[in-house]
Amino acid sequence: MSLLQIDKLCKRFGGVVAVDECSLSVEPGSITALIGPNGSGKTTVFNLVTGFIPKDKGTVTFKSQVIDRMGPDRIYELGIGRTFQLARIFPRLTALENMLVPVRRQGLRALFSGAGWSNEKARAMEMLEFLEIAHVAGKLGGALSYGQRKLLELGAVMMAEPDLVLLDEPAGGVNPALLDRISAHIRKLNSRGITFLIVEHNMGFVMNLCTDVVVLHRGRPIASGKPEVVREDAAVLDAYLGA
Amino acid sequence: MTLVLEAIVLGILTGGVYALMASGLTLIFGVMRIINVGHGALVVLGAYLSFAVWRALHIDPFLTLVITMPVMFVLGIVLQVVFIRPLKTDREGLSVLVTYAIALGIEGLLGFFFTSNYVQLRVWYADSSFPIGSFRITYVYLYGFLLCLAILAAIFLMLYRTTFGASIRATMLNRTAAQLIGIDVDRVSAIAFGIGMATAAAGGVVFGITNAFNPGSHYDLISRLLTIIVLGGLGSLRGAIIAALVMLVSEDITSVLISPVWASFVFFVILVLVLLVRPQGLYGVRVRDRL
Amino acid sequence: MRSLPRLRLIQGAGVVAVFAVAIAVPALAPDPATTNIAVFTMMYIGLATAWNIMGGYTGYISLGHAGFFGFGAYALGLLLARFGVAGGYPPFLLVPVAGLLTAVLALAIGWFALRTRAATFVIVTIAFMFMLQLLAENLVGITGGGGGLSFPIPNWSGDFFNTPYYYVMLLLATVGLGASWLIRHSKFGLGLLAIRDDEDKALAVGVPTRAFKLTAFVISATLVGMIGGVYGYYVTYIYPQFVVDPLIGISMVLMVFLGGLGTLSGPVLGALILEPAQLWLAYNFGASRLYLVFYAAVFLGVILLLPRGIVPSALDLLERWRNRTGPPASRPATPATPAKAVAP
Repeated sequence: MSLLQIDKLCKRFGGVVAVDECSLSVEPGSITALIGPNGSGKTTVFNLVTGFIPKDKGTVTFKSQVIDRMGPDRIYELGIGRTFQLARIFPRLTALENMLVPVRRQGLRALFSGAGWSNEKARAMEMLEFLEIAHVAGKLGGALSYGQRKLLELGAVMMAEPDLVLLDEPAGGVNPALLDRISAHIRKLNSRGITFLIVEHNMGFVMNLCTDVVVLHRGRPIASGKPEVVREDAAVLDAYLGA
Repeated sequence: MTLVLEAIVLGILTGGVYALMASGLTLIFGVMRIINVGHGALVVLGAYLSFAVWRALHIDPFLTLVITMPVMFVLGIVLQVVFIRPLKTDREGLSVLVTYAIALGIEGLLGFFFTSNYVQLRVWYADSSFPIGSFRITYVYLYGFLLCLAILAAIFLMLYRTTFGASIRATMLNRTAAQLIGIDVDRVSAIAFGIGMATAAAGGVVFGITNAFNPGSHYDLISRLLTIIVLGGLGSLRGAIIAALVMLVSEDITSVLISPVWASFVFFVILVLVLLVRPQGLYGVRVRDRL
Repeated sequence: MRSLPRLRLIQGAGVVAVFAVAIAVPALAPDPATTNIAVFTMMYIGLATAWNIMGGYTGYISLGHAGFFGFGAYALGLLLARFGVAGGYPPFLLVPVAGLLTAVLALAIGWFALRTRAATFVIVTIAFMFMLQLLAENLVGITGGGGGLSFPIPNWSGDFFNTPYYYVMLLLATVGLGASWLIRHSKFGLGLLAIRDDEDKALAVGVPTRAFKLTAFVISATLVGMIGGVYGYYVTYIYPQFVVDPLIGISMVLMVFLGGLGTLSGPVLGALILEPAQLWLAYNFGASRLYLVFYAAVFLGVILLLPRGIVPSALDLLERWRNRTGPPASRPATPATPAKAVAP
């Protein structure tokens, strides 16, 4: 049974059809890539799944629950986290504070109690160490380098231990050395049981890391399957290279 | 029934001046993304300027616009450059404080020069009216309405038929993109503010002819203008005009059918109801940060 | 920061010292003119601190708080009249009830107002304030309309009169500061700051933004309402336009901006500087309308010259001085307290 099921999702902006009867599924434990030429609707799918924009038609099911009318905070609570195309963190909070913002819905008392704090701080530092950015824990988010922000963003999303993480262009604007580290982090988190759906343009990154690939073109999937198979698919080549 | 009809007509006629004033206000917001809470004070300033010219030259108050509009236009550019342009970041929060300070300063100066006594611009034909059906329309209200209509038409023409108007609209849509294609957004902002001031001058004359006013009148004015542009949708001229008419007509109908005391209250109720359904106002755009 | 525990000790000692002085004020300067200034200053410390909980932490600027101030005043006045409470100490006991009523009102208004973002929110709060003023003026049967509403007058001696009011204002300001501190050092507070920085991102990490904003708004309004109640009792007679007064609303905002948005000591500092100045200006220039021009000038000066406020600018200067006199200070990575980097 799939972790995330998208059925005939449609979304148009004025006259532009961004997502056109898109149906796809993400299997638990996989690292699925969502690729396609620019303008194929990948980020829109993310925004629809995470509740940032309302859908026109179709359904999104997560862990057998229909989630397409929920707000982003509720969806995060259910277990779907996401990062953004341009890494977004809270610039006026320190890196550590950034890690402590995500809410795990443990009830009203948890919001004001001091007891839970030390546990959470310890987990946050642990995650920062895992991502190798513990040394900037006290620095303001706005003062971090772009690479550090990307890692911080990923770390913060992980704080609520989501089941599915949507990564929007994790390799974007990142140097090759950092890219390898990010790849390694994702693999390690995946081995801890976290499923990933990744929008990405960097083919090397995708082929190296991902277990499944879905190709989007003009808002609908045109191919899906193992990376090696998809890479050879005629329709895919046509979409990327053709008119 | 004729009473209601008369109320509607009066509402439209007086709505014209609020439409003009609100247009200036929403234009300023659209171009500079600032809330000019001093707009009411600028209208009152315009009214007092006309008052001074009228008393000195004994000409018809409408004609004072020939002097006050250019003066206010220039003053607007000066104000924008000196006080508003320096606010680089966090424009919305600070801009409210700055424009409020300007309003206070104007109120203080006007009070100093003119005292807090109520005054009004008088035209010699204030009481003449002409009949339509079973009620009469006062000429003054009609002239005021026509003036506002003319200025609004001029603004629309400028916005949609001139290159400069296009640069204003571009800046309103996306300031950074406008800069990238070579538009001098600072200059556009300054001139837009000047235009806003000029509309305040015109609004001031019509307001000053149809109402008694004193330096403190700007509070009442700005509260109405702000609620109008929120109802219409921040940054939308079309919205501002329609919202202004809705406000004045509903107020006049309430005045006639229920009581004048609750007239302004009705408008707030309409605002609340609209915001329930459309938080962005009638013609506003739902703002979602970059996704 | 080099030695954290020592810094905390100094901060703690400072707070205690300031508090001791605050308590001693009526003893140090007992003449009514001075205690009157003290009452108003303490009132604005409370108001600014309360406003900061919403405006400073979440970034949602409410210009309608004067509405809650006036509502609190009318609420207390009407409660006192309804229950026939005589002047003296008992009326103070009903202040929390006025606060509760204000909380209910804030819940209703906030529910509407928070459906909008930034710019629209500001205007909607202004609109609600004017609505409240209208209601105060027109519900003559309840509020006395333009004729005003009277409060019972305690029979304390002239010299002593201001003192109880001062201590109640001090109490409310302390409660406000306490609430502000607790919020800042909690997950709730972090959520508010996150909303200020990037509301959509906050949503994406599960922060229930609507509920958080509404809570901050209600807490803020309740404090302001209670302070308004005490004010009404202090001046013994209130009129709609003087108690639902935009100038009061804008003053508390300006004080927070002057001191530093989102900081704890900022609002206090802002009030300490601006309120005595405001009273002095009103006293000397109130007759001629020029007082408004001076006030506007102060306003503009503050905003244009110190846009970030005193406390953050001062901390910046301190940090830069520290970096000059030693090896580049690297911030310790120890997670001492979550809110360490945000100004005290």
